[in-house]
Amino acid sequence: MTDAVATRLKKRHAAEARFRLYGRMAIVVALSFLVLLLGRIGLQGYSTFTTNTVSLPVYLDPARIDRADLEGSNYDYVVALSLLKMMGETEDEFGTASDDAMELVSRDLGFQILDQIKANPALIGKTITVTGPVKADADLYYKGELKRSTDEADRKLNDRQLAWLDRIKTSGAVTSGFNVAFFTNADSTEPEQAGILGAVIGSAMMLLVTALIAVPMGVMAAVWLEEFAPKNRWTDLIEVNINNLAAVPSIVYGLLGLAVFVNGFGAPRGAALTGGMVLALMALPTVIIATRSALKAVPPSIREAAWGVGASRTQTVFHHVLPQAMPGVMTGTILSLAHALGETAPLLMIGMIAFNPGLPESFTSSASVLPVQVFIWETASERAFHERTAAAIIVLLVFMIAMNAAAVILRRRFERRW
Amino acid sequence: MVALMTVQPPLIRTAAPHSHHPVNLDAPKIVVRDVSVFYGAKQALDSVSIDVPGKAVTAFIGPSGCGKSTFLRCINRMNDTIPGCRVEGAVEIDGEDVNARSVDPVILRAKVGMVFQKPNPFPKSIFENVAYGPRIHGLASGKSELEGIVEASLKKAGLWAEVSDRLNAPGTSLSGGQQQRLVIARAIAVSPEVILMDEPCSALDPIATARIEELIDELRQQYCIVIVTHSMAQAARVSQRTAFFHMGRLIEAGSTEEIFTNPRESRTQDYITGRIG
Amino acid sequence: MTVLIALALLVVFSGGAYLLGRRRAVALAGGRSASLHSLPGYHGTWVALWAGVPAALIIIIFAVFGARIEDAALRAEVPAAVAQLSDERQEVFWSDAGAMARGEAQSEITYEGELKTAFDAKAAEGRRIGVIGLVSVLALSGVLALCGVLLAFPRLSRDFRARNRVEGWTGILLIACSTLAVLTTLGIVMSLAWESFRFFQSVPPLDFLLGTSWDPQIAMRSDQVAAVGAFGAVPLFAGTFLIMLIAMAVAAPIGLYSAIYLSEYAGPATRSIVKPLLEILAGVPTVVYGFFAALTVGPTFRAFFNWIGGFLVGGPMDRLGQYLETVQNQMALTAGVVMGIMLIPFVSSLSDDILNAVPQSLRDGSYAMGATKSETVKKVILPAALPGVAGALMLAVSRAIGETMIVTMAAGLQAKLTANPLDTVTTVTVQIVTLLTGDQEFDSPKTLAAFGLGLTLFVVTLVLNIAALAIVRKYREQYD
Repeated sequence: MTDAVATRLKKRHAAEARFRLYGRMAIVVALSFLVLLLGRIGLQGYSTFTTNTVSLPVYLDPARIDRADLEGSNYDYVVALSLLKMMGETEDEFGTASDDAMELVSRDLGFQILDQIKANPALIGKTITVTGPVKADADLYYKGELKRSTDEADRKLNDRQLAWLDRIKTSGAVTSGFNVAFFTNADSTEPEQAGILGAVIGSAMMLLVTALIAVPMGVMAAVWLEEFAPKNRWTDLIEVNINNLAAVPSIVYGLLGLAVFVNGFGAPRGAALTGGMVLALMALPTVIIATRSALKAVPPSIREAAWGVGASRTQTVFHHVLPQAMPGVMTGTILSLAHALGETAPLLMIGMIAFNPGLPESFTSSASVLPVQVFIWETASERAFHERTAAAIIVLLVFMIAMNAAAVILRRRFERRW
Repeated sequence: MVALMTVQPPLIRTAAPHSHHPVNLDAPKIVVRDVSVFYGAKQALDSVSIDVPGKAVTAFIGPSGCGKSTFLRCINRMNDTIPGCRVEGAVEIDGEDVNARSVDPVILRAKVGMVFQKPNPFPKSIFENVAYGPRIHGLASGKSELEGIVEASLKKAGLWAEVSDRLNAPGTSLSGGQQQRLVIARAIAVSPEVILMDEPCSALDPIATARIEELIDELRQQYCIVIVTHSMAQAARVSQRTAFFHMGRLIEAGSTEEIFTNPRESRTQDYITGRIG
Repeated sequence: MTVLIALALLVVFSGGAYLLGRRRAVALAGGRSASLHSLPGYHGTWVALWAGVPAALIIIIFAVFGARIEDAALRAEVPAAVAQLSDERQEVFWSDAGAMARGEAQSEITYEGELKTAFDAKAAEGRRIGVIGLVSVLALSGVLALCGVLLAFPRLSRDFRARNRVEGWTGILLIACSTLAVLTTLGIVMSLAWESFRFFQSVPPLDFLLGTSWDPQIAMRSDQVAAVGAFGAVPLFAGTFLIMLIAMAVAAPIGLYSAIYLSEYAGPATRSIVKPLLEILAGVPTVVYGFFAALTVGPTFRAFFNWIGGFLVGGPMDRLGQYLETVQNQMALTAGVVMGIMLIPFVSSLSDDILNAVPQSLRDGSYAMGATKSETVKKVILPAALPGVAGALMLAVSRAIGETMIVTMAAGLQAKLTANPLDTVTTVTVQIVTLLTGDQEFDSPKTLAAFGLGLTLFVVTLVLNIAALAIVRKYREQYD
């Protein structure tokens, strides 16, 4: 081996090692993005799953509650006074102490008192114990995310409020536990009361509509195209058309939904039904493509065997080919529905961005869905909403991963090699 | 024909001590001892030992799946590229074990060329196909030298007359037989010592096959050629020595004449007369 | 609600028709079902189809279009008092009258005098029309269902080819479903084209496509001066293009190199771990990427550039430093990089498929020549796969252009004509979202502009997709 060849060989192997390294680095970078994304969201969101609850004896001062107008009384103030009393503080003449105290516990306590008094007006003048979440900023302080070391002007709670919070904590009135309210409440303007149940139900309803439209129609369209359609220019066009529809930006489907469903047919804005129909159109091409490839994978011998015993074309397809292709169809369908579950942009187009403090009443009433809830909370200014956004994302991802896992299991379990 | 060839210096040599001595024509070029090949748990070859002479054509025959192609791929370590493949035993070329750690498969494969069953020209021009080897191995210092190598290789492969006016046409535009000769030219371009051919004519029509066989006969003057074929007639026509493989074992090896007229093993007899295979 | 009940009744009726037809067929067979051309079930199904389908179609058409027709009938004659009102007030009047007729909530406007009379009259008329419509449709569907059974039932006989008939129905249903895909495309094209046409009546197309100023003023009232803002979309195209370029600069090399590594270097074990992980990255909803961009990447980039700026201030590059210190969260770079991350698995899995389609014989040929893996990849596989890879990258570009949530949450709203990745830019999709998520009149040029943008977006991505899919398809056929 001459020197020249040896040097050249060395260079070539170095180039090879370099190239391999680039490949590895690309994989590492891609995977670290994944870790960064999921890790960051996990870190940001996990604290939402616990919350701090305060139990407070409240004296229902008859002087401050107007029996004639129960709804009109300021129960938050009543709560704040009891809180001050518990800490041995007194209200000052400007009311700043009660204002400060009101910023520590949720308005939920006031509503609870109103409900109890409405049910039993005899309670006025007595002391009752109410339990409810602390205010979102107080919650952040207890979780250590709002720090005392931050300059007082830059944080939501002042030094006195922090001292009070410490005192309430040591008194044992505050307990930390699983945040049930996050899973049982709908959206709210108060972060500590905002939950995702409304959005989860909205997502489920919308997905149901999508599945009911897209799956049967997509499967039947695929069956026709794959098993019955003549191969001519017209069916070629349909095929090209379907492949292109699968790549049309989702926001264009939103525009279609707005122009045709909402403005054309008068479908309700922001309703699960309308959203489901838009997403169904969006999911249709992917369902068709998945079904067609599942049908293609069924070997022709199955069809020939059925024809051989005198089955008609339709019977062959529906009795033999389609059942054989079903696992593939289901897998493709679940994956496209999972994709639809995470879709946001087309829903914004059809007006699904309203604030919905209650659970969706029907398929035609205004509803929120998980991804849109994420979008709405992300744009909110309170920091506590950002944590809830991350928590909602975790829930959304859990649903999506569950659907994807179901698809993978289905594929593994029923995968057939011909 | 031979007079036209430019003599190329042996640019690539392994560091084996033997390589500096003139090669004894009678000594075997390739010595194989107890080679077994496994694909995962499946054994494809069972302790094969054989001597392959230089400057001659050796044919491996046998029914499909008997391991002859697998064996061929041991010689230039192409089995390395198959995941899960394991080779045991020794394959020596000029006395050096090709599986030794010191041997670079890149250099080995430049020394041992290979031609495949289906012609596989790269999707490049005819010129670039032949120039590929010299380029990656840095065999030419300038454009004119490269052109010289390409021309000489195409001439040796008997393709020059047909393509000299369209060297920039894509390699895939040639006919099947021409493509196979192009691939042979591509292998010759790095001046190998051994050329392995894995059923080189099985995808070709009889006329193209005849051209390739003629070419193989000419090339044997310069190269040690090992050809795998399932056509016994072809083995009889082109080879001087023949080895018969069956079920992953080497059953019999000897001069072609002997194998075809007077085989020692009954299984060889059965295969040649068409009873198995 | 009435519609649902009617449909349920119809289903029950069809079920009865099925049983009837089946019984009839069994009776015809006289105990030997082989003497029938088709199985009794097919006879029953055929009768049930005639009983149910035409009637159901009528009901569904009424459910979809009924409200519109009734509304049109209500508005056919305009009372004099209403005709004097402004267009918008008229609109409110009609929707209130309709709501009154249907017993729904109305707007807070109270009608007095002549208007009150007209309103009450119209509300009563609306109720009347509603009742007439519903009753007539229900009656029509009832008659259709009955006729269907009466016409179909007598035709049953031993030789009647019920199976072929039912299969004919099935065929029609299947074709109808396939047409839905075509109808979707038509729907997209027609709705975008129609609304854009209306937009281009107030804003000339050339001003839209070539104008360099984008400032859609909120048109409070249509008679306001300068109600129409500037609708020059070039800054949006530039912003979209800039973000796409950044995204591709991230996604193309990383995606391509990982595809090469996965298809040429990695063993089955590595592949079986890395591929599902990349699929997770691909399955993450875009709104999550948007959240990540807005709350993590944006502030990080900003802090980084501010920090760099801090070093440069006062030095020879003082001006650059000063600029870097003013960089904000919302910049093209943030949106572009995060979009690039989103596209990595897309590019990688498409390229992986493309590279795997390159026949093994080419790799063998190259290795047998003594080429190393990287030489084989660079000189044989990539050139052979070039059209396919180009197609894959074009599809990625098309996705980058059409991506909405990431840019909406991270790019910004200011339409600027800039090539500076640290500047805030806006994109076509962001503007569509912004224009359509407020509460405003549907007919204002502002909302119509969204459709003009949508049409542009659709045409550009369609051209990219058609070209890319054709290239990829041709490439695959080459090696099949």
